[in-house]
Amino acid sequence: MLASLEGAVISAILVLTAMGLSIVFGVMRVVNVAHGEFFMLGAVLAWVVTTTLGGHPVFGFVAALIVVPVLVGCIAAGADRLILKRVNYDPDRTIVATIGMLYIIQQATLMTYGPEARPVEAPFNTRLSLPWFEFGDEGFQMIWPWGLSITSYKLFVIFAAIAVLIALWIVLTRTKIGLIMRATQQDSDTAQAFGVPVGKVYSWVFGLGAGLAALGAVLVVPIQQAHYLMGGDPLLLAFIVVIIGGLGSLPGTVIAALLIGMSDGIISVFFSPTLAKIIATFLVAMVLVFRPQGLLGRAPS
Amino acid sequence: MAAVNVLETKGLTKIYGGVEANLDIDFQLRKGQITALIGPNGAGKSTFVGMVSGRTLPTRGTVSFAGKDISHLPAHKRMQLGMAYTFQITSIFPGLSVYDNVDLAAGRKLANDKTALAQKTTQVLDRIGLTDRADQTAQDLSYGHQRILEIAMGLAQDPTVFILDEPTQGLSESEVDDFVTLMKSLAGETTILLIEHNMRVVSETADYITVLDQGQVLASGTPDEIHRNAAVQAAYLGTTSDA
Amino acid sequence: MTLHIAVLVVLLGLFFVLPAYHVGAFSRIMVLAIYAMGYNLLFGYTGLLSLGHAMFFAAGMYGFGLTVNLFGFSVAPAFLTGIIAAAALALIVGYLALRTAGVAFMIVTLMFAQTVYLVILYFGEYTRGDEGFVVQQAQRSFAGIDLTGETERYFAALILFAICFLAVAKLVQMPFGKRLVAIRENEERARMLGYDAAKLKLHALIISGAVSGIAGATYGLLFGYVGASFSTVQYSIFPLLWVLLGGAGTTIGPLIGVIFMFYLIDISSGYTDAYLLIAGVALVLLTLFAPLGLVGTLRKRAFPWLP
Repeated sequence: MLASLEGAVISAILVLTAMGLSIVFGVMRVVNVAHGEFFMLGAVLAWVVTTTLGGHPVFGFVAALIVVPVLVGCIAAGADRLILKRVNYDPDRTIVATIGMLYIIQQATLMTYGPEARPVEAPFNTRLSLPWFEFGDEGFQMIWPWGLSITSYKLFVIFAAIAVLIALWIVLTRTKIGLIMRATQQDSDTAQAFGVPVGKVYSWVFGLGAGLAALGAVLVVPIQQAHYLMGGDPLLLAFIVVIIGGLGSLPGTVIAALLIGMSDGIISVFFSPTLAKIIATFLVAMVLVFRPQGLLGRAPS
Repeated sequence: MAAVNVLETKGLTKIYGGVEANLDIDFQLRKGQITALIGPNGAGKSTFVGMVSGRTLPTRGTVSFAGKDISHLPAHKRMQLGMAYTFQITSIFPGLSVYDNVDLAAGRKLANDKTALAQKTTQVLDRIGLTDRADQTAQDLSYGHQRILEIAMGLAQDPTVFILDEPTQGLSESEVDDFVTLMKSLAGETTILLIEHNMRVVSETADYITVLDQGQVLASGTPDEIHRNAAVQAAYLGTTSDA
Repeated sequence: MTLHIAVLVVLLGLFFVLPAYHVGAFSRIMVLAIYAMGYNLLFGYTGLLSLGHAMFFAAGMYGFGLTVNLFGFSVAPAFLTGIIAAAALALIVGYLALRTAGVAFMIVTLMFAQTVYLVILYFGEYTRGDEGFVVQQAQRSFAGIDLTGETERYFAALILFAICFLAVAKLVQMPFGKRLVAIRENEERARMLGYDAAKLKLHALIISGAVSGIAGATYGLLFGYVGASFSTVQYSIFPLLWVLLGGAGTTIGPLIGVIFMFYLIDISSGYTDAYLLIAGVALVLLTLFAPLGLVGTLRKRAFPWLP
C-alpha cells in the first residue's frame, strides 16, 4: 500500500505533464517533442526563483509555483509564434522544429545553469502517519499509528494535482475559453470563419501545455533534483500515457496516468527496471500499431 | 441485351452508422459503351464507385469484373486487372513534372520496356494536348489542366474500364467541349463509367444511363428511356433540368 | 551518373590534399553519409519520417561487432551478419510500423528504437551497455589488409561509400525509385494507379534499414568501437538532420549535410560543451527557411541539374 501512495505521487506529476502534451495534441494536432524540456525548464526555473528570493522555503516555493508555469508558458507561446506558426503546423515540419527546440532549450540550460543537479527545499516536510484498515486473520483491524507513512509534502502534491485537474476540467467544459478551444479542435477553419482567433488560441494552448508541464516540475523538485537532462523520462512517460489514453482524449489521459504511475512501481518489483522499461516501451508501440485510438479510446465509426 | 457486361455488381450495399448510403445495387457495365451514373447530391454515387474501385469496403454484396469476383481484392489489384480511376477531387503527383505523372501511370505495365513507355507517354500527352507543358511541375498547372492531366493518367493505363468521378466539375465551357470530344473518341476503345452532374455531358456522351436516388437504383436504360421515365423526371430531372 | 563519379573523384582527391586530421574526419563523414543515404531513401524519396533509424545502424554495428567478439567471425561474414540483422529488423519493424502513418509512424519507430536501445542495455553482459566494447585490431583486417591504418581506413570508407552512393543513385532512377517518389507525392493516387503501396513502402524500409546497417557495420569495422550510444534517440535524429540540411530526396544531399553538420559540431565543440545547441538551431532554421535543404534549394533556384 505504501507503494501505491508513492505511485499516486508519481501519477500526480505525470498526469499534469501528460495533460499538457494531450491538450496540445488534441487542439493543435502538434506532437510536441520539446515537452519534456519545458518540464525541465520548470524545475530549473523553480530552483532559480527559490534561490534568488531566499528567505523561508514556503515563500520561495509559493512564488515559484505561481511565477514559473507562467514564465514557461510565455516562453512556449513565444516559440509557437516564432516557429510553429511559421511552418503552418505542418505535421512533419512541426515535429522537426520541436526536436530543434528540445536541443535549444536543453543545451541553453546546460550553458547557463550548468551540468549539476540541484535540490529545492520542500516548503514543509513533516512525516505523517495515517491509519490503515485491513482484513487480517483476526478479522477487521485498524493499524494505528504508522499504518501508512508519507511526508506532508507528498500528500500536498497529490491534492495539488487533483485541484489543478478539477480547475482545468471546469475551464475546459464550463467556460467560454473551453468552448473556443473545443471549437478550434473540431475544425479550425470553421472556427476561424466564426471569428475565433485561431492563431492566438494556438499560442495560448501551446503555452498552457508547457505551463502544465512546468507546474508538474515545480511540484517535483522538492522530491527530485533539477538537472538539465531530466526532461527525457517525463517526455517518454507522458507519450506513453497519451498514447494509451488515446491521443487527445483528456479523461483517457487521466486514467492512463494513474495506471502508469501506479504500475510503474509494481512492474519494477517483478522485473528488473530495464526489462520493465523494455516491456512498457514495446507494448506502447504495439498499442499504437494495433489500437491507434488508444486502449481507452473508441474506434472512429 | 447482346452487349457483354464487363463489370457487374450484385446487391452491393454500404451502411454508414445505420444510414444506407447504397442499398442492394445491381448494376451492369456494358463493354465498349459509355455508361453514365447520375443522381442528385447524396444519392450515393461516390460511395458506389468507391466500392467498385476498392477504395471503400462494402457492407455486403459482390463486384465482379470480366466474370471474376473481385469483391475481396484491394484497390491496387483491381487497377492491375485493368480498371482506371480518376478522383472527384483532383489527385495527381503535385511535385512531379507533367511527363513524370503520365509516365508513372503508364509505367505500371510498361516499366520494363523503356521505348514503349516513352512512346506511350508522349502519345497520351499529345492526345490530351499537354505536350507543351510536359516539363511543367504538375502543381503549377491551372485547375483545368490538372483535371485533364488526371484524365491523361487514366488513359495512359490503357484501361479496360475507365471510371471517371465527376471529371468536368469546375471546368470551363470550352474545356467541357474538349472533354466531350475526348469521350466520344474513346467510344469502342474502352468501357467508361462516368459519374456526372453536367446533364449536357451526359446527353452528348452516354450510351446508357443509370440513375441513383437515395442509395438505390431508380432507373436504368438508354438516354431516351431515362428521359421518358416518369419516376426519374419526378425525382431528379424535374428539379435540376436547369443544369 | 557523371556527376556522381565527379563527387567520388573529389573525395579521392581530398585524401591527397587534406591534412591528416581532416583525412580522419572524412573517413568518418563518408561512413555517416552511408547512414544518411539509407535514411534518405525512406524519408527523402518515400516520404516516411522515421525517428528510429538508429536501431538499424545499431543492428548493423552489433551484428558485426558481437559476431566478431563472441564467435570469432572474420570480417566478411561478420559484416554480412550485420547487414542481414539490420534488414531483418527492418522487415519486422516495417511489417508492424507501416500499419500506421504520419505522426503515429514517427512515434512507433521512436518506441521500437528505444526498445532496441534498452535491449542492448539489458544484455550488458555481452554488449557492455553504454560503455561499449572495442573490436581488436587483429580482427579488423580484410584480405590481408589491416583496416586500422589511416590510409587503409580512408580507402575502405571511400569504396563502401562509392558502392552505396552509386547503388542508391541507380536505384532512384529505376522504376522502383520513381514509384517510391510517387508514394511520397500522393500515396492514394499511387495506389489507384495499381501500385501496391504497402509492399513498396516495406521494400523501401528494408533497403533503407539495410543501408543504415551497412553504415553501422562499417563504423564498427573501421573505428573498432561498438556502443549503445549509437542506438540512442540522438542517433536517430542525426540522419534526419543531415538529410534535411543537405536536401531530402537528392542523391548528394546526405553527403553534403553530413559534411556541414560534422564540421559545425567539430568546431563548436572546441568552444562549449553545449555543442548540440548547433543541431537544435540548425533544425529550427532549416524547417523555417530552407525545408528543401542546401542541395534542394540550389537545385530549385539555380542548378536544376544537381542530382
